[in-house]
Amino acid sequence: MHNIDQIVQGIHQEKSRSIARAISIVEDADAGADDLLDSLDTARIENTMVVGITGAPGAGKSTLTNCLVEHCRNLGKRVGVVAIDPSSPISGGAIHGDRIRMMQHAMDQDVVVRSMATRGRLGGLCASAGAAVRVMAAGGCDPVFIETVGVGQSEMDIIQSSDITALVSAPGLGDDIQALKAGLLEVADIMVVNKADCPGADLLSMELEEVAHEKGRRVFRTVAAKKEGIEDLFTYMRELFDTHRESGESARRRKLARQREIVDWSIEMLRPYIGEMCKSRGDDLSMDPKICAHEITKSLLQGHGNRE
Amino acid sequence: MSQKKYRILIGKPGLDGHDRGAKCIARALRDAGFEVIYTGIRRTPEEIAAAAVQEDVDAVGLSSLSGAHLVLFPEIVENLRKQGAEDIPVIGGGIIPEEDLPTLNEQGVSKVFTPGTTMQEIINTFTEICEKGAHA
Repeated sequence: MHNIDQIVQGIHQEKSRSIARAISIVEDADAGADDLLDSLDTARIENTMVVGITGAPGAGKSTLTNCLVEHCRNLGKRVGVVAIDPSSPISGGAIHGDRIRMMQHAMDQDVVVRSMATRGRLGGLCASAGAAVRVMAAGGCDPVFIETVGVGQSEMDIIQSSDITALVSAPGLGDDIQALKAGLLEVADIMVVNKADCPGADLLSMELEEVAHEKGRRVFRTVAAKKEGIEDLFTYMRELFDTHRESGESARRRKLARQREIVDWSIEMLRPYIGEMCKSRGDDLSMDPKICAHEITKSLLQGHGNRE
Repeated sequence: MSQKKYRILIGKPGLDGHDRGAKCIARALRDAGFEVIYTGIRRTPEEIAAAAVQEDVDAVGLSSLSGAHLVLFPEIVENLRKQGAEDIPVIGGGIIPEEDLPTLNEQGVSKVFTPGTTMQEIINTFTEICEKGAHA
């Protein structure tokens, strides 16, 4: 149904429709997805800076991303944005509102925005988002921003697969700083205090400075709604990316991200088989689920003559 | 394997700030398992078409309560065509008089919902139209 060659050609010619079709094909794991990914321009992918933007709901991630996009456009860059929102665990549906904050760029052919739902996948999301980023990079976008609420493990994985990670927080969001301290602060390269003109911003900056200082990280203050502090933030992102590229840190991270993505894809591909095997065991509930899982994985490995 | 997920863009074209209806439809579609992208209010037909292309949606749903549907809905169909996306079906709804339906249909709007349509009917129509597109 899809003409993969034509789509790949369209991506490299930076055509909006081809890039969009390609992301759907990969996300839905349709026929031709592998050929498509295999034909992307690797040099472009190699050079593109991928920035992960995460933080608590209401911190201003979309508004900040919009400002960064605007700044990049002023610098003459073509920009990609992958905006990730959670799927409803009940219905599997999702509502994406990130575009509302980015509509000023709607008619700009050099701003490629794509909304993506987590679709209840454990790891598969990371894989799909990674592929979407590569399609955008091959389509001439540099930088590409990935925006996501930093709560679940899969979101953490996505963030860790970015070249540069910014953690956005804002005063008045309650006790989230406590929760943030536990996980995200450890993987963030840059901490952003958004809404820095609001009461409580000084205290929040101080608290973050304390953590940041220990780890040699920097804290930036922005007021995204007034477009303040954006230039400094983006300049630093670029500097950090260049430093990481020279030191080999960038290559190390990309290698880790690649491995993580391979594991994700593999598990995603195995899932239906495991589901079948599980069903074929019938209604016997006497065995502990963990022991049962052990037997299934063992028989899977043996089935391919690949004993531990 | 899991079922195919359909993606819908819900748009509010023109100078019409009343988006309770659009949001209700967005939520109902989400609860029926659709992935819904909402554009926010006061968008131009060009913006809505461009967003639909970038998001590669299976259908576009438009809401209009201001009486401008006869102008705006066909403009979105036209803009999709200009961008080579005439295969994305357009569905409309809002305060729309029965007598306007034939005109809208002629101009390429696949289906129009008038006041009183049940949510289930809307969900069923979106499902049918998306399924038809997927097998085309």
